[in-house]
Amino acid sequence: MDFYLGLIQIIGVHTLLGLSAYCVLLTGQVSLAQAGFFAIGAYVAGMLTVLAQWPLIPALAVSAVVAGAVACAVGFPALRVKGLMLVVATVAFGEAVRLFFFNFTYQIQAGTLHLGPHGAEGFRQIRYFPEHGWSTLDVVLFIWIVVALVMAGLWWLDHSRVGAVLRAVGEDELAAQSVGINITAVKVSAMTVGGFIAGIGGGIFAHYTTHIEHAQFGVVLATFAIAYPILGGLSNVFGTLLAAVFIQGFLIEGLRFMGDWRNLLFGGLIVLAMNVRPRGLLDAGTTRALKRLFAAGKERSGA
Amino acid sequence: MLELRKISKHFGGVRAVDGVDLAVARGEILALIGPNGSGKSTIVNLICGLFPLTAGRVVFDGADITDAPMHARVSGGVARTFQNIRLFGQLTVWQNLWVAQNSGEQRRQSFGRRWFGGSRGARGEVERTLEFFDLAHKSNELAANLAFGEQRRLEFARALSAKPALLLLDEPAAGMNAEEIDQLDNRIRKVRDDGVTVLLIEHHMELVMSIADRIAVLNFGRKIAEGTPASVQANPLVREAYLGTPEQA
Repeated sequence: MDFYLGLIQIIGVHTLLGLSAYCVLLTGQVSLAQAGFFAIGAYVAGMLTVLAQWPLIPALAVSAVVAGAVACAVGFPALRVKGLMLVVATVAFGEAVRLFFFNFTYQIQAGTLHLGPHGAEGFRQIRYFPEHGWSTLDVVLFIWIVVALVMAGLWWLDHSRVGAVLRAVGEDELAAQSVGINITAVKVSAMTVGGFIAGIGGGIFAHYTTHIEHAQFGVVLATFAIAYPILGGLSNVFGTLLAAVFIQGFLIEGLRFMGDWRNLLFGGLIVLAMNVRPRGLLDAGTTRALKRLFAAGKERSGA
Repeated sequence: MLELRKISKHFGGVRAVDGVDLAVARGEILALIGPNGSGKSTIVNLICGLFPLTAGRVVFDGADITDAPMHARVSGGVARTFQNIRLFGQLTVWQNLWVAQNSGEQRRQSFGRRWFGGSRGARGEVERTLEFFDLAHKSNELAANLAFGEQRRLEFARALSAKPALLLLDEPAAGMNAEEIDQLDNRIRKVRDDGVTVLLIEHHMELVMSIADRIAVLNFGRKIAEGTPASVQANPLVREAYLGTPEQA
């Protein structure tokens, strides 16, 4: 049972990570910096609860704001470049963040324990949940409430004018400028919101694993972050959720029985999924079909 | 209202636009014509700020906008259409107009209403524009799925959505049939009557001669004639630019 609860936690946190990349991808930017923002969120939230004894929710709020602020600052120079150049620039940023935490030591003495980040050894003993008597089930519930809130927020944003503007920039930057959209402002805002969400995700991640270290926040995590929205499709936020469930639940855990062959099949299945559904698992057509089905069901039950 | 002062644009050794002076008066329809490659579209691109000028100044409503970014010029009152249609294909027809509401006045509406749902006024504007361009029944279609003529109309409608004072139309009649050109003619007149100044680039001479108050003719990046449709038609330099010199012919 604990295995499944753990899996549900992982899916929740990775959904947040994917949603952070979703915001940025809507404007047509492929950013591999999301793992960096996630790492910043993880360390900031961990330090606040462990070293400063803050309660969890304010700590998560601050970690989100810090990660968002860094994303905003990185966005200005990074978003001046496009396409592959942006990918390279954001990978460089992500690695810089990882190496920063590789070298970052800030410990305090608490009885016999040394608490706080300790360079390459990482940051151990982020024991907020056990210390405050949260059961695994409580943690699962908490994570998914946050995921639901973030998804609801993004859903609303997506259906407001903001969503249309983000997508307009993603489709044709020149046309967007020619109708009066300030594309730099739009792209940096999307990056900031993405950093904010990644910060929340990272903060939660630090607390349920209780131990974080630099190696967890490398390029692989950044690749996962953009894989979710790309595989899930950009028509709405549920695509990202579906892709996180598919990759984490089915491809990574579900295929564990295959041993070393899993990695091979993992890559193959992603390629297959992208070929069968080039616009994402949950594309606009599927969404319309589901809506029709739903509407038909409602009519029948109404009659 | 718009003054181009000795503007030039050189691409490497090519002088696409070479020291053109042009003034557009408020409320008129000025047509800019010339053979292919004479620099018409480049002038539109310079007015809307797509790339920097090599030399000269662009003055709009008394303010020098030579170095203003593109989006700022739109909110200042200059909007354009593209010769090769550039719609947001994966947005609906409605959304294409919605995202284009960026005029100064529209920006002054409260942030929340403007960004998150659109005020009733903004929605009303979109609906009226759709009605005017006979696109209301397509409002929920993706722009990419429209027929060619509808896409041209949507492009025109989108440019009008920012409530410009000056509208730059870059070959709006290209690829249209006679009936569609008639409708276009009526719409451009109606827009002008509503107080929008129009700079029209067009190859379709019937349309140009029918609606232009004045015509400016370009050849090889230079202005070779300017005046009423009748005077331009009678100008030997213009005939030469279009038909070649008698010896060549």
